[in-house]
Amino acid sequence: MTAKIYVPRDSGALALGAEKVATAIARELGLRGIEAQIVRNGSRGLYWLEPMVEVETPAGRVAYGPVKPSDVPSLFDSNFLSGGPHPLFLGKPEEIPFLARQTRLTFARCGITDPVSLEDYQAHGGLRGLRNALSMAPLQIVEQVTESGLRGRGGAGFPTGIKWKTVLDTRAAQKYIVCNADEGDSGTFADRMIMEGDPFVLIEGMAIAGIAVGATKGYIYLRSEYPHAEQVLNEAIAAARKAGVLGSSVLGSQYAFDMEVRVGAGAYVCGEETALLDSLEGKRGMVRAKPPLPAHEGLFGKPTVINNVISLASVPIIMDKGAAYYRDFGMGRSRGTIPIQIAGNVKHGGLFEAAFGLTLGEIVDDIGGGTATGRPRRDRGRYRRRDGHGPAGARSAGGRAARGLFPARPLRYAVRL
Amino acid sequence: MQHAGTEIVSAVSPIIERWRHEEGPLLPILNGIQREFGYVPREALPLIADALNLSRAEVYGVVSFYHDYRENPPGRHVLKLCRAEACQSMGGDLVAERLQNLLGVKFGETAGDGSVTLEAVYCLGLCACAPSAMLDGEVIGRLDGEKAEEIVREVRA
Repeated sequence: MTAKIYVPRDSGALALGAEKVATAIARELGLRGIEAQIVRNGSRGLYWLEPMVEVETPAGRVAYGPVKPSDVPSLFDSNFLSGGPHPLFLGKPEEIPFLARQTRLTFARCGITDPVSLEDYQAHGGLRGLRNALSMAPLQIVEQVTESGLRGRGGAGFPTGIKWKTVLDTRAAQKYIVCNADEGDSGTFADRMIMEGDPFVLIEGMAIAGIAVGATKGYIYLRSEYPHAEQVLNEAIAAARKAGVLGSSVLGSQYAFDMEVRVGAGAYVCGEETALLDSLEGKRGMVRAKPPLPAHEGLFGKPTVINNVISLASVPIIMDKGAAYYRDFGMGRSRGTIPIQIAGNVKHGGLFEAAFGLTLGEIVDDIGGGTATGRPRRDRGRYRRRDGHGPAGARSAGGRAARGLFPARPLRYAVRL
Repeated sequence: MQHAGTEIVSAVSPIIERWRHEEGPLLPILNGIQREFGYVPREALPLIADALNLSRAEVYGVVSFYHDYRENPPGRHVLKLCRAEACQSMGGDLVAERLQNLLGVKFGETAGDGSVTLEAVYCLGLCACAPSAMLDGEVIGRLDGEKAEEIVREVRA
């Protein structure tokens, strides 16, 4: 068996030198005459350990990190391809506490698979949700999403199934699925990570949405600051099209659905859904008055589902395992899981997917490991989280708030619906 | 580098052709032109307006709305430095000041020798490896004084 070495192509890992590490590994393989395959995976989201290199051993995957190009010869000397001991040895990634404590539903494959390999995607449970959806009536799909309790992960928290139902019930010759990938608020990177690490889950989610509401065309409106995500998404869409997941007959069914990526041009306001629609139409991004709702008159005046990346990427697991499975995670009216993005002056920055209900104190102190500078967090640390207040107020800001107001309050949607 | 009018027409036309029959073609066309030239030459606007049956004013209104579109050619290198909160919390202000001093330009300016254009960007999604930047499309995380000096050497080389 050819050895497999995983070096992330996630832009966070690239920003920390993953490309140079991959090059150094390829060079060392050549020098030593070893045959191995270098897979460019997504990130697991443990950014203080990136670039995190993994190797496949008979006992499972083993991680090393953070790896610098200059570490590579010594990794080979330590026989890292068989999981040999080395100062950067991290053991099995899924046993690293930061990962072990997570509930990975939406991000189940992120960092594990080759993001542009549809075979890999299917080997890890991909497309099961879409296949199930194809065996149901559109209304049944919408009901599953409604019953799952999934609410808009972009911040506003509107029930996704209700939005879909409105579009399903609106008659029109053409309808659209639009994915809001204009992730503009500082401190947020979950959308970027999933698009770079598991783009097929978003593609699958959009295809299911299309079948559910009767839309045949989807657009991902991606911010221009994410060129790496654009590259991965386009590769994945091409692969999905080639395999018949997208196109005139989705997986051989009577349903047609295709999609493309459209890149924005640096206007923050286009993260607001109606401004985004204007921008997709080729106009200045201006917020529209509502009503009409985009579900009635959206893109080009046609009924449009517009959802955030994570909302759509959460649909495949719901359609795979059922509404009840997803709804059983979480608390109160906040069902399922939420990717928590930990960044700023914190020791363990990264992405942590968990069921709703954690407190900010747990997130910052236990999971984040305290401040990077070692100063007490009341000093100058700034903690931000997205918890469902909409784009502008999505994050609870400021060290003071983190210290005094939130520690006991579980993470959940603040909007009552 | 400024481009001659004929050069602009011959490069812009295929971009317009690629998109003119698609839905919402204006942004893809402008993005394509900016990728080609590094800016959106004024001479391209009437061509786009004609092809899409828009007025020049409408096209200019869109171009001027989006921050990405430059009206003039950038330097040989483009350095985008994140100035958003997560990066600020990790010393982004100091790095920003240092880079401006070392490069001798302020945000939005191009160095006198044409080597580099420095732009502020608001979030590259690299918040967990802040402060971050993008140099000619390559991402850089955990910027510090040393990495800032490396960037300066690279753009001056």
